[in-house]
Amino acid sequence: MNLADHWLFSYQALARHRLRSAMVLLAIGMGVSSVLLLTSIGEGARLFIEQEFSALGSKMLIVLPGKKETTGSSPPLYGTSPRDLTIEDAQALKNIRTISHVAPIIAGTATVSNQSLSRDIIIIGTNREMFTVRNLSVKQGRMLPKNSETRATPVCILGAKLAEELFKKSSPLGQWLRIGEYKYRVIGLLEQRGESLGLDLRDMAIIPVRSAQMLFNSPALFRILLQLKQTKFETSTIVKINKTIAQRHEGEADITIISQDAMLSSFNKIIVAVTASIGAIAAISLIVAGILIMNVSYISVSQRREEIGLLKSLGASGREVRLIFIISSLVITSFGTLAGLILSYSIVFIIQTNFPSIPLAIPWWSTLAAIFMSFIMALLFSWLPANKAAAVDPILALRG
Amino acid sequence: MTDNAIINISDINKTYQVGEQPLHALQNIKLNIKQGEYLSLMGPSGSGKSTLLNMIGLLDRPDTGQYQLQGENTELLTEEQRALLRRKYIGFVFQSFHLIPRLTALENVELPLMLAGVKPKLRREKSSKLLSELGLGNHLGQLPKHLSGGQLQRVGIARALITEPTILLADEPTGNLDQSSGQEVTDILERYNRNGITLLVVTHDLALGNRARRQLNMIDGVIVTDTRLSTIKIKQYEQQGSSQ
Ligand SMILES: Nc1ncnc2c1ncn2[C@@H]1O[C@H](COP(=O)(O)OP(=O)(O)OP(=O)(O)O)[C@@H](O)[C@H]1O
Ligand SMILES: [Mg+2]
Repeated sequence: MNLADHWLFSYQALARHRLRSAMVLLAIGMGVSSVLLLTSIGEGARLFIEQEFSALGSKMLIVLPGKKETTGSSPPLYGTSPRDLTIEDAQALKNIRTISHVAPIIAGTATVSNQSLSRDIIIIGTNREMFTVRNLSVKQGRMLPKNSETRATPVCILGAKLAEELFKKSSPLGQWLRIGEYKYRVIGLLEQRGESLGLDLRDMAIIPVRSAQMLFNSPALFRILLQLKQTKFETSTIVKINKTIAQRHEGEADITIISQDAMLSSFNKIIVAVTASIGAIAAISLIVAGILIMNVSYISVSQRREEIGLLKSLGASGREVRLIFIISSLVITSFGTLAGLILSYSIVFIIQTNFPSIPLAIPWWSTLAAIFMSFIMALLFSWLPANKAAAVDPILALRG
Repeated sequence: MTDNAIINISDINKTYQVGEQPLHALQNIKLNIKQGEYLSLMGPSGSGKSTLLNMIGLLDRPDTGQYQLQGENTELLTEEQRALLRRKYIGFVFQSFHLIPRLTALENVELPLMLAGVKPKLRREKSSKLLSELGLGNHLGQLPKHLSGGQLQRVGIARALITEPTILLADEPTGNLDQSSGQEVTDILERYNRNGITLLVVTHDLALGNRARRQLNMIDGVIVTDTRLSTIKIKQYEQQGSSQ
C-alpha cells in the first residue's frame, strides 16, 4: 500500500466517524494553539524588551565596580574587597578618544521632605552627560550645573510624580526641600517618560554627583555610563577602559563592563528559557490530546475488527495493519495541527492589528516544536492500539 | 505426492483446547488439489470444514503436518511471507460478504490491489471491468447498504478474483442468499472455474455440493470420503444446470 492510498483509506475511515474525529481534531488543535499562544506572549515580551534596549541606543557601555568572574576559576589576587570606582576614575575615562560622554552615577535611597510631606525615594547623583546618554531631558527649569563633578551644589531635579506628591499643585521650581540632612533647591523637573530599564524616573530626584558623594558620605560610584562615538569602537574602547582603570587601581582592572548587546543577550536568554518552559507546560495539553488519540484508536480498533480480519485475508500483514492505524492517527493529527496553527496565527494576527500595543509574536521555534510534539504524541499514543490491531486473529474477526 | 498439485497437504493436525478437553478440529488430513479442480467440502456443523479452509488460505497454522502451496513449504514462513502468498494465490469468498460499508462497490473490489500497491488508474480500470463482467456495471459507485444480497456477494467474488488468484476459497458462499441469487453466484463461480481457477466451496447445500466434480465429506475433523465424479455424470449435471 503506498502512502497516498494510506492517506485516502485513513481519511475515509475518519470521515465515517465524524464526531469522534472532530473531537480528536479539536483536542490536537487546542493543544497546538495553547503552545503557540502562550509562547507568543513570552516572545512578545522579548521583542518588547529588545525594542526598549534599542531605544537607548547601541552606543552605551556600563562600567560597574568589581570584577564579575563568570568563569569562576581565578581566585582574588589583590585584597579582599574591590576598590571603589570614583568620580576621578570617571574623569580619567574622558581621555579615551572614542568615548563621547561619561556619566558617573552614585545612587542611594534617602528621605525627601517638604515641610510635613516626606517620601523615601531613590536619589541619583550624576552630571549633565547622563541626560544625553540616557536620552532624558528637563521639562521645566534648568539642567544640573556644569560643574556637577567638582562642586557639591545643593540643587536637584525632580521626577514628575515626586514633585506632585511633595508640592501638590504649587510649582516646585525654586523651592527648597530637604534630602537626608541637607537642603536642596529645586531647579528643574524631569520630562515624563515613565519607566526606563526598571527605574521609575517619575519617582526620583537627580542631584550633582559631588552632592551625592556628600549626602551618602561615600566616594563610591554605583556605576559609570558611557557613550561611544560610534558602535564599532566598542571592543577597542573596552580594552582602553580596562587599561585606564588598571593604571589607576594598582594594575588591576577591577571593573565589569557591560555592553548593551551583552545585556540584551542575557535578557534574551532568560526570556527564551521562560517562554520555552511556558510552552512545555502548555504542551501538557498535547499529551492530553495524545491520550484521547489512544482511547479513540482503541475504540476504532475494536469497531473495525471485522475490517482488520478482512484486510488480513486479502493479504495484508500485521505490519501493514499496524501502519494503517498509525497513519490514521497521523492523518487526524495533521488536520488538528493545521487547525491549531491557523487558529493561533489568526488570533495573534487579529490582536496585533487591533491592539498594536500588546506585544505578541509566535516564535518560529515553538511552531516547529508544537508540530513536532503533536506528531510524536500521535505516534506514541497510537502505537499500542495499532499493535492491538496488528494482532487481531483474522479467523475470529471474520467469524463475526 | 502428485507432480502438478498446487496444494499438497499431508498429515495435518489442529487441536483446540476447549475447556478441559482437547478438540481435534483436524485429524491427519491428507489432501492434494490440482490446478483447475472444482471441489466441494461438506459435513455436519463443527466437523472442521472452515478450519481446513482457513488452513489452506494460510489464515491458520497447523499444529503438525506439512502444507505445500505451489510447491512452497509454508510451515516455517513468517506472518509477512504468508500474507504475501495469500495475496498472490488465494481469494476468499465469505458467507456474510465482509464488504467495508464506507467504501463503494468499486472501492471494495479495488482494496486488494490497493494493498498490493497497484496504481489507482490501473486498479480502477481492472475493477470496473470485472464488476461489469459480473453484471454490476451500473452499481460501481454504490455503497454496500444499497445493494441486494446477490449483488453484495458478486462484489465479494469480484474482490476475490481481482488479484487473479490460483485458488478461490468459498465458505458457504450462498448461505445468506435466496435460491435465485444463490444460483447466480454458483454460476459465476463455476464459470471462473471453467476458465481455470481452482475452486473449493464449503457448503451445507447438497444440491450445490453435488455439482462439484470432486466432493469431500468431513466428520469430526476427518475427511471420510473423497469422491470424483466421472465425466459423463458431470455432463449430466451441467445439462441439468443449464436447463434450470
Ligand atoms: N478458535 C477456536 N477455538 C476453539 N475451538 C474452535 C476454534 N475454531 C474452531 N473451533 C472448533 O473446531 C471445530 C471445527 O470448527 P469449524 O468452524 O471448522 O467447523 P465447520 O465445519 O466450519 O462448522 P460450520 O458448518 O458450523 O461452519 C468446532 O467444534 C469449533 O467449535
Ligand atoms: Mg464453518
